[in-house]
Amino acid sequence: MTRNLLLATLILASVFQIKAATALTGSGSTFAAPILQRWAFNFQKENRDITVNYQSVGSGAGIKQFSDGITDFGASDVAMSDAEIAKVNGNVLMLPATAGTIVLAYNVPGVPAGMKLTRETYAGILLGTVKSWNDPLIAKNNPEFQLPNLPITVVVRSDGSGTTGVFTAHLDAVSPEFASKVGCGKSVTWPVGLAAKGNEGVTAVIKQTPGAIGYVEFGYAENNKLTTAALQNKAGNFITPTIESGAATLASVNLPENLRAFITDPEGANDYPIASFTWLLVKKTYTDATKAAAVKAFVTYGITTGQAVAPELGYISLPAEVVTKVQAVLATIK
Amino acid sequence: MGGNISSAGPSRTVTREYRPRPDFFRMACFLASVLTIVLLTFIFGEILVKAWPAMSKFGLGFISGIQWSPNRGVFGVLPVLIGTATSSFLALLLALPLGLAIAIFLSEDFFQQPVRQVIRFVVELLAAIPSVVYGLWGIFVVIPLVQKYGAVVAAKFGFIPFLAGPAYGNSLLTASLVLALMVLPTITAISRSSLVAVPYTLREGSYALGATRWETILSVIIPTAAPGIVASSILGFGRAMGETMAVAMLIGNSQRLSWSLLSPSNTLSALLANQFAEADGIQVSALMYAAAILVLLTLGVNIAGEAVLRHTQKATAGLR
Repeated sequence: MTRNLLLATLILASVFQIKAATALTGSGSTFAAPILQRWAFNFQKENRDITVNYQSVGSGAGIKQFSDGITDFGASDVAMSDAEIAKVNGNVLMLPATAGTIVLAYNVPGVPAGMKLTRETYAGILLGTVKSWNDPLIAKNNPEFQLPNLPITVVVRSDGSGTTGVFTAHLDAVSPEFASKVGCGKSVTWPVGLAAKGNEGVTAVIKQTPGAIGYVEFGYAENNKLTTAALQNKAGNFITPTIESGAATLASVNLPENLRAFITDPEGANDYPIASFTWLLVKKTYTDATKAAAVKAFVTYGITTGQAVAPELGYISLPAEVVTKVQAVLATIK
Repeated sequence: MGGNISSAGPSRTVTREYRPRPDFFRMACFLASVLTIVLLTFIFGEILVKAWPAMSKFGLGFISGIQWSPNRGVFGVLPVLIGTATSSFLALLLALPLGLAIAIFLSEDFFQQPVRQVIRFVVELLAAIPSVVYGLWGIFVVIPLVQKYGAVVAAKFGFIPFLAGPAYGNSLLTASLVLALMVLPTITAISRSSLVAVPYTLREGSYALGATRWETILSVIIPTAAPGIVASSILGFGRAMGETMAVAMLIGNSQRLSWSLLSPSNTLSALLANQFAEADGIQVSALMYAAAILVLLTLGVNIAGEAVLRHTQKATAGLR
């Protein structure tokens, strides 16, 4: 009896030994986590010999773990800086994997989605100089809405995040006052408002507080049916955040050779102003050839077949020319 | 061995030599207790090592600085320290009268033992509720209340700096209210045991002199138990200072200085919980510095509480 059991275990063990899959581990961006995890799930169904494990630990931690060699790939909403690249001796490729926009969502009783905010207005709200919803700056562009005399409650992120990084980079570019008072980064000191943890925390406070406005990822706003503002872009038009307006922004971006582009203030007439790529960080050369092949296969899957799931998860699909560029770079991985 | 006992005569037991064997149980216990100290030292040492770059760079200016801007490399924790102290103090201010009242009620025979037992059990059960549940309860119950009445109060009494608007739901007041509930079991349990420890002879003496029950409670029992009650407050304060999850969910996490109770604030523990995951470089070190301050503060408060409690036990023992 015991002997049979032992034998069975041995056989099972050896079977699994033979079938041992190449395991890829990755970590980083919480923003990109839903789509990366979906890719991993779908990819594994087609490639039984590769398992992909992605943990959403945050962009900063993702870069750190990738640089320390703990993970095989990373994901970050903010591209690695030159100093960070130097730390891994340049053995890194940054591949745009997906993209998203950041929206200003509000909860103003009686006002539906589509409130128009000029660049001056939304920078003013986040600087605390525009304090009430019936401020003339807001009223001027929104004659169709009955704006209440309600104090504005600004809701920001309490944790360091790529979302804050992208959002402040935009404000930093459009408002000199914001640039001098707050600056940009993953974690900044806001002159006004209260802070909550994560996109979900900010979403919850906005829903609960009449008069609240805050920045969240487009996907979160969609899933939670938040009312979002139409923001004025560089060309002067008010753009409603949609998949289409986000795609327009991406299409107008000129990706450089290293694929690292910061979209701080897009210029196209129909571009939604606040958008960013999320990058996958992979090594130029892996010591293990099977790992290199597995990474290639997974990323190829993501930027081709995987793009189809982007809209339903609230992301923007990569433009075809970006996909081509990424594929060319991907081929160089050894 | 056991089988030998019946056959063993008295003479044999006398001749058996007593040989002391090493006491393994005692050694294991000793090792475990030493390990606790080693572990504490190790944790604190590790924090200090990681905090050192920030300590040497910012020095004491870290404690007096009012700006926390990781993107600019500026770190100061004064607003956070003030938030930690005020939220814990407010919680204590709210919880102490309530906790003391419950403790008196539970230590006197107003009701029969079973009824008091049930109430005591329920109060102590408050300590078993996870922090995050308190946080959720705060979000769904306390925040709407503070939002609603805070706006009214701010409109009427806004000229008082402590009540100035705009009133936020996620505020110092909300966090303090929930913290008060969280430290209530600590205060009640320790106060109750120090009230119960008041010798019965004192009580009887007071009654014999013609004092009523309330006179006895207010002028004999409470003064006698006072050091224990003080200790309960100090330990409650310590618990409130270290509380993380519920506070992070309710306090609004803002590092701006404000007089108003209706404004968002921040505490050391909430700051750590919020920013650690995405921090890098000097920010990690600055957070470790903040952690070291938090450890020292809670350690100090707890030692003070323990000391007062020890002192009481000795004092009341003398009265018996």
